[in-house]
Amino acid sequence: MVVMTLEGNEAAAWGARLARPDVIAAYPITPSTHIPERLSEWIADGIMDSEMILTESEHSALSACVGASATGARVFTATASQGLALMHEILHIASGMRLPIVMAIGNRALSAPINIWCDHQDMMSQRDTGWMQFFAESNQEALDLILIAYKVAEDRRVLLPAMVGLDAFTLTHTFEQVDVPEQEEVDRYLPKYRPVHAFLDPERPITQGPLGTPQHYMEFKYAQYEAMNRAKGVIVEAMEEFGRAFGREYAPLVPFSPGGEIVLVTMGSMSGTARVFVRGARQEGESVSHVKVVAFRPFYHSKLAELLAGAKVVAVVERAFSYGSVGPLAQDVAYAMHRYGIKAKLANFIVGLGGRDVTLRDFSEVLETSKRILKGEEDPGVFWLNVAKEEVLKAEEVIWNA
Amino acid sequence: MPEEFEPIAPGHSACAGCGSTQIVRWVLKEAGPNTIVVNATGCLEVFSTTYPYTMWRVPWLHVAFENAAAAASGVEAALKRMGKKAHIIAFGGDGGTADIGFQALSGMVERGHDVLYVMYDNEAYMNTGIQRSSSTPLLAWTTTSPAGKVIPGKQQPKKPVAWIIAAHGAPYVATASIAYLTDLRKKVRTALSIKGPKFIQAIQPCTTGWRFDPSLTVKLARLAVETCYFPLWEMRNGDLRTFRLTYIPKEKKPVEEFLRPQRRFRHVLQNPDLLERIQKWVDENWERMLKLHEAAVNQKL
Amino acid sequence: MVKKVTVGAVVPWPGSTAENKTGSWRTLKPVIHYEKCIRCAICWMYCPEPAILKVDPDKYPAPEGKPAIAKLPAVEIDYDYCKGCGICAEECPVNAIEMVEEVK
Ligand SMILES: Cc1ncc(C[n+]2csc(CCOP(=O)(O)OP(=O)(O)O)c2C)c(N)n1
Ligand code: SF4
Ligand code: SF4
Ligand SMILES: [Mg+2]
Repeated sequence: MVVMTLEGNEAAAWGARLARPDVIAAYPITPSTHIPERLSEWIADGIMDSEMILTESEHSALSACVGASATGARVFTATASQGLALMHEILHIASGMRLPIVMAIGNRALSAPINIWCDHQDMMSQRDTGWMQFFAESNQEALDLILIAYKVAEDRRVLLPAMVGLDAFTLTHTFEQVDVPEQEEVDRYLPKYRPVHAFLDPERPITQGPLGTPQHYMEFKYAQYEAMNRAKGVIVEAMEEFGRAFGREYAPLVPFSPGGEIVLVTMGSMSGTARVFVRGARQEGESVSHVKVVAFRPFYHSKLAELLAGAKVVAVVERAFSYGSVGPLAQDVAYAMHRYGIKAKLANFIVGLGGRDVTLRDFSEVLETSKRILKGEEDPGVFWLNVAKEEVLKAEEVIWNA
Repeated sequence: MPEEFEPIAPGHSACAGCGSTQIVRWVLKEAGPNTIVVNATGCLEVFSTTYPYTMWRVPWLHVAFENAAAAASGVEAALKRMGKKAHIIAFGGDGGTADIGFQALSGMVERGHDVLYVMYDNEAYMNTGIQRSSSTPLLAWTTTSPAGKVIPGKQQPKKPVAWIIAAHGAPYVATASIAYLTDLRKKVRTALSIKGPKFIQAIQPCTTGWRFDPSLTVKLARLAVETCYFPLWEMRNGDLRTFRLTYIPKEKKPVEEFLRPQRRFRHVLQNPDLLERIQKWVDENWERMLKLHEAAVNQKL
Repeated sequence: MVKKVTVGAVVPWPGSTAENKTGSWRTLKPVIHYEKCIRCAICWMYCPEPAILKVDPDKYPAPEGKPAIAKLPAVEIDYDYCKGCGICAEECPVNAIEMVEEVK
């Protein structure tokens, strides 16, 4: 193990490098461009032994990954935002074909207006593509989660692709101390990928990607459902094994300062801010806890319900939204509460879209609002924080009256 | 009887008389069993692989409509890493190649992947019910370029895809017709002997979309060439000096002979002006190619 | 019905469309008149299914007085798969294949 000062992208690139992918296919986009850049350098210098395909689009990058994975290779790619959106069609295909592709995402807002800064809308928009989704809080987590993602994706009980999100700039371009494991240790944790169902071999000529009629299609979708459910156990196993091998503990859901009446739920880099806030608020006598969601797909509903036991208000603070509904994370939290009988009130706070900072002030507002909800002074619902609402309404009114 | 390599099995659900399997079968017979096929979405992909059945006896991969070239790039890279050698052949329809898949194809050629890409050109989106593509010929009827009272079929000429790929500097580009089987097989052989991206555009009469009697598939593939509507040529490295027409009809037949059996041109055959427009397009195209061929042969380039 | 399900919808049964007998599609049926057939195999080359087989030279009679032809593989139509498109009849250089009404 070596300690290095790495930006998030470099940490993710290290994760990929240590996983020894056979094929990498990628296309540049801010904020994840440094990942293929760094990998290209290592390959150019002979440090890394992978085939790099610098495609003409993200659509082709993921298509090439599917081609390589279907041939039986371990593959890696990285993208963000518009690039991930352009991959959308192929995301479904990769999971439908049960190909264990791993991808790093520099979580960035979607156009319009075009914006290169952080939010989680890019990955949330791909929620239902059948990929496992993990969110890193730090550069260390970005590296480690990529290795864990491969371990789970290639597990024969799972065989599903996975994406690991790291927040634009806050992580991708920010330097932190990162423990970089030794190659031999990683090789022991993550042995060579040996395909069992997907390969292209003239000695064993199989067909991949056929037409599935109504007579069979649903069985394949059910198989994905089952595989994703099994992934829940395999992820925990892989994280525990990771802890034993590298000494860093991971869990799909990470509670902090449990037992509060108000529980904040967050994902990604703002989780650190949330913990700092909770620590301070506790010292001031507030009854507030925090849960960090690391694995968003699969979602650990029953485990979350356990962590929410005793809560009176659950405040889901998230950097994405489902227009016409509530935030995607809040939807899952709501299901967990309903399904497992958590009687608390649920409030959804939308923060930090398009790179707006998420600060302790935002969490104070979350807490104050949650307390009013607790006292019955305010209805729970959706709250957009730190937005110039009046100006928005004024602009809309100009149009209505035109 | 000695066993002969049959790359495809019968029992697929192509229309009776479909020309696409003829192309596939002969390309793959030439390539042999050590071949991996990547197929774009389209008629060929759909009729050959209805789960749990497959027509293919070689390893076969379908990912999507517009990305056969990109998927094939990934297959090639993976094989390279795994230290394995096999021919990689991509099949795409005209839509999957000249339209929606064009960018991926251009990328594959530019990057220089060792793949033979075969475009089976039935001149429309047949799988979705005969909509126009950029490879649909001038004035042809399709369901989205109907022969209307005001607008008589497709208003644009056929896109010269093979030329555009040749302009990339691809090591080998050719056109082919199943009616000239020896020529087609030779081109496949040549292509497979060259490392890098190769492209063959094979004309594929479609009984359903072109609206002709299914017995005439090969005949139309022949008339397309005999009328100089679809000239057979090859070129290397985008170098005009290597351009060769591989077949020059002794007597150039009027394009009407090619159009006559096809009901997609019924309105054209009823209107001398429209027929003239097609003939003019054919003549100009052919003249240009013939001149280029002669200049190249006589080393005047 | 027991459904065949594989992981990732992989089809590990190469050439399995052969289980589908597409001969039932036929309305016209090609019949080879072996006394005319010169065994050039052009029909075999062009059948799109493919539903024409090359078989043992002795399995079918060859045109009389043509010993060289009699040594070539004979062609045979596999009516399990022939869809009756008529390409073979159209392309046969000596009109040895006749399309007749299919009687079922
Ligand atoms: C992204 C996308 N757009 C549209 C389609 C619908 N679609 C499937 S096949 C096809 C046409 C195929 O045309 P072509 O490539 O010429 O092949 P053909 O069917 O004619 O053999 C279309 C439009 C699709 N599958 N994917
Ligand atoms: S529509 Fe045309 S291309 Fe498609 S299967 Fe039928 S004949 Fe072949
Ligand atoms: S009629 Fe068509 S399908 Fe039948 S044998 Fe002749 S060419 Fe083949
Ligand atoms: Mg087409």
